[in-house]
Amino acid sequence: MAAFLLRRLLQGALVVLGVTFTVFVVTRVFGNPVDLMLPLSASAEQRAAFAAELGLDRPLPAQFMQFVGELLRFDFGESTWQRRPAMAVVLERLPNSLLLIGAGLGLAIILALPAGLLAAGRPGGLLDRVVTGISLAGLSMPQFWVGLLLIVLFAVAIPVLPTSGMGTPAHLVLPAVTLALVPFARMTLFVRSQIMEELNRPYIRTALARGLPRSRVLVGHALRNTLVPFLTLVGWELVLALAGYTVVVETVFAWPGMGLVAIQALQRGDLFLVQAIVYTVAVLIVLVNILLDVVFKLVDPRIGLG
Amino acid sequence: MTAPLLAVRDLRVVFPTRAGLVRAVSDVSLEVAAGETLGIVGESGSGKSVSAQAMLGLLPLPGRVTGGEILWRGRPLGDAAGLRGREIACVFQDPMQSLNPLMTIGAQLVETLRHHHGLSRRAARDRAAELLAEVALSAPARRLDQYPHELSGGILQRVALALALACEPALLIADEPTTALDVTVQAEILDLLAGLQARRGLAVILITHDLGVVAGLCHRVAVMYAGRVVETGEIDALFANPAHPYTQGLLRATPGLDNRTERLVAIDGAPPSLRAPPAGCPFRPRCPIADAACLAPPPFAATDTGRAACWRAGAAAWAEVAP
Amino acid sequence: MAAELGEDVPGLIGLLLLLGVVGMALLAPWIAPHDPAAQSVLARLAPPAWLARGDPAHLLGTDALGRDVLSRIIWGARATLLVGVAVVLLSGSFGVLVGLVAGYAGGRTDAVLMRLVDIQVSFPGVLLILLIVSVVGPSLLTIVVVLAITNWMIYARLVRGTVLSLRSAPYVEAAEIVGCGPVRILWRHILPNLVSPLLTVAILEFTNVVLAEAAISFLGLGVQPPATSWGLDVASGRDYVFVAWWLVTFPGLAIAVTVLGVNLFAGWLRVTTDPREREKRFGWSRAARALAGRAQ
Repeated sequence: MAAFLLRRLLQGALVVLGVTFTVFVVTRVFGNPVDLMLPLSASAEQRAAFAAELGLDRPLPAQFMQFVGELLRFDFGESTWQRRPAMAVVLERLPNSLLLIGAGLGLAIILALPAGLLAAGRPGGLLDRVVTGISLAGLSMPQFWVGLLLIVLFAVAIPVLPTSGMGTPAHLVLPAVTLALVPFARMTLFVRSQIMEELNRPYIRTALARGLPRSRVLVGHALRNTLVPFLTLVGWELVLALAGYTVVVETVFAWPGMGLVAIQALQRGDLFLVQAIVYTVAVLIVLVNILLDVVFKLVDPRIGLG
Repeated sequence: MTAPLLAVRDLRVVFPTRAGLVRAVSDVSLEVAAGETLGIVGESGSGKSVSAQAMLGLLPLPGRVTGGEILWRGRPLGDAAGLRGREIACVFQDPMQSLNPLMTIGAQLVETLRHHHGLSRRAARDRAAELLAEVALSAPARRLDQYPHELSGGILQRVALALALACEPALLIADEPTTALDVTVQAEILDLLAGLQARRGLAVILITHDLGVVAGLCHRVAVMYAGRVVETGEIDALFANPAHPYTQGLLRATPGLDNRTERLVAIDGAPPSLRAPPAGCPFRPRCPIADAACLAPPPFAATDTGRAACWRAGAAAWAEVAP
Repeated sequence: MAAELGEDVPGLIGLLLLLGVVGMALLAPWIAPHDPAAQSVLARLAPPAWLARGDPAHLLGTDALGRDVLSRIIWGARATLLVGVAVVLLSGSFGVLVGLVAGYAGGRTDAVLMRLVDIQVSFPGVLLILLIVSVVGPSLLTIVVVLAITNWMIYARLVRGTVLSLRSAPYVEAAEIVGCGPVRILWRHILPNLVSPLLTVAILEFTNVVLAEAAISFLGLGVQPPATSWGLDVASGRDYVFVAWWLVTFPGLAIAVTVLGVNLFAGWLRVTTDPREREKRFGWSRAARALAGRAQ
């Protein structure tokens, strides 16, 4: 187990290094941090001084080493917009994003498992068509649009839920529902097709032949054996949520999380803050993937610990 | 003869497919008495497994029973769900695939025992170990905590038998129970099956394509061809004196059963399409002694050894082959 | 196959929706009732024509600058399809190439390339895209390139897996023995097997790209005014969401309808190219039940 964890951690470090390299190339080779971060009115002297302060006057390899060195020391620089360490801003907003993701994905999982199961129970039946239809529609709608429609609906037609900001549990409802829709749709279709596949396997026939009731075979055998691959999908959705859904959903609902800050920082040319967010998310993704691998090993008896 | 435990009358099963209606089972009638072993023999696609699945109410999609009735102790079986496991148990072909790969052997046994008998967890576990001992597994207590992928095919088939026996069934349907196993293991499983049958007074329906297996184990046999039963009878009499040309051909093609010829001879041709079966006797296109009468469907009439669906039942269909 | 599409109503609807969007994009100059950029102070925020105060000249209403919503949607189809097709072609070609090389060369090359894929799959997708786009400067071209270099991995994985399993297939080995070169083997013997799965993946990727372009444009980092894009139109309608619901509703609906059309069509295609799925679909259809009933 220790060797396995070490190997996965090394792979994770490689991912972070890859992200670092990409960010470095993008910001230092394609773009110029000075142009991005200083206002257009800045004088040539101010620009030169800023470049020197960042070490931009040195050759690229030296810059890269400095870049990596700062990261290793968890030095992400100071947010030019908020005038405080970029990581402090990130850590302040991270819990808000995690709350949103937790609520959204939780909702998606709770709904997708029974929906997929019921649909697979009678393929081609009315329920199956309704569930499949809703899922396909959910997969086809842009998240920001769903969010805006919900705002229109709940601000204009039925003004019962707050449509922006954070505070009461009610504030969480619309963002969480919006975030849940796409994962719910994908999970439902996945559970449905997995269970249908599983139901074709001989062990299901044997379980039925042993006299176990259909409901029990569906839940206790087919669904249970679907959970391991389902977990992979949940992990993937978690990654997508961390790196994408939150940006869109938080922007629509002005939810003060990491995604909203990222967009605001981009608009203000606050490169250091954006970098800090990108790294935080990259590390979180690596951790999620490692966690998933460990869980697989614990859940599936066929995968050995090696 | 005792009253039949299970009686199938004029069973019909069809599979609608895009290419047309497949008549997998047509007018099949079978009976099995308590404590009796009935063999159902036929090539793949002859409808033997589908018949068994229909008896269990476990037809795969898109199969449907469209005619006939299945009686259990004289009463219609309905959807069979209430009897499955409790009165009718079964063992399938591929033991590796027949057990849930993510549950231990013990968990699957305990689950079944608890469902049918309402045992406590501990009592069910003890009973599970007893069952594993009954199917002659060594170290049954240790096996309970093993997963299917840790065990060999022969052992898994024993486990599958234990699972089938968990609820003290009156009838065991064994669908090609040894086909997926090594030859030496096959013999062990068949011995075990025979022993269990004798000890528990089980009725067994043994489905196989292997006449040798039937000969060793069964009291009676039904030979199926193209979705129909073409001949039934007591095993010894039928093997000594097969009435239907197809049975005669099968015996000729099986080693060690037919002493009259030294060489094994295949039956020329292939079974007919079940989508568009030929008019009259389905075996007519391959039958060496078919004549004009065979264009009409043959009656399932009594013969010296049982019953056969053949206009020329009893006639020797195949010329002796010189050694 | 065409007859089967007729039986599969969702698949047919999908195809029709798709053809509609393509038609819109191709025929935009002729079918759009107005110039999508033409502003009119007098006709600001007119609601859809069927509502009170609606202007029959503007079927789906006008935006805050008096531009015709319908015309903008028709022209916007161009950006959506252009980005979608270009990204799928670019990333698809690159991914297929990487997959072919990795699968065929095997060994160290394979290990390095696939590790690259693993690493890039774990990148923080949209965030990184946003960072790159904002540094390089948002434009249609940037969007296409950035989406292409972040979406090639799925093709590489698919192709590599298939190539690996086919390489040891007897007919490929036989071709090698008679002296076929690697290029010929890949082209004549392996690539044909990849057409159907690649098509399915490419179609589904197309929907992802369309949704991604919309989201990026919505966030203000994609297509820039005065060009039109459905995502951009939703973003500019956002400020008026409480007074002019049609501004966010219709462009967003256009995205949803396009993606739904592709999804429905892809579903039909997937089932049709898989014989097992085809038989199942038949088995479940009501026609099959009726047939079974009649056989009694």
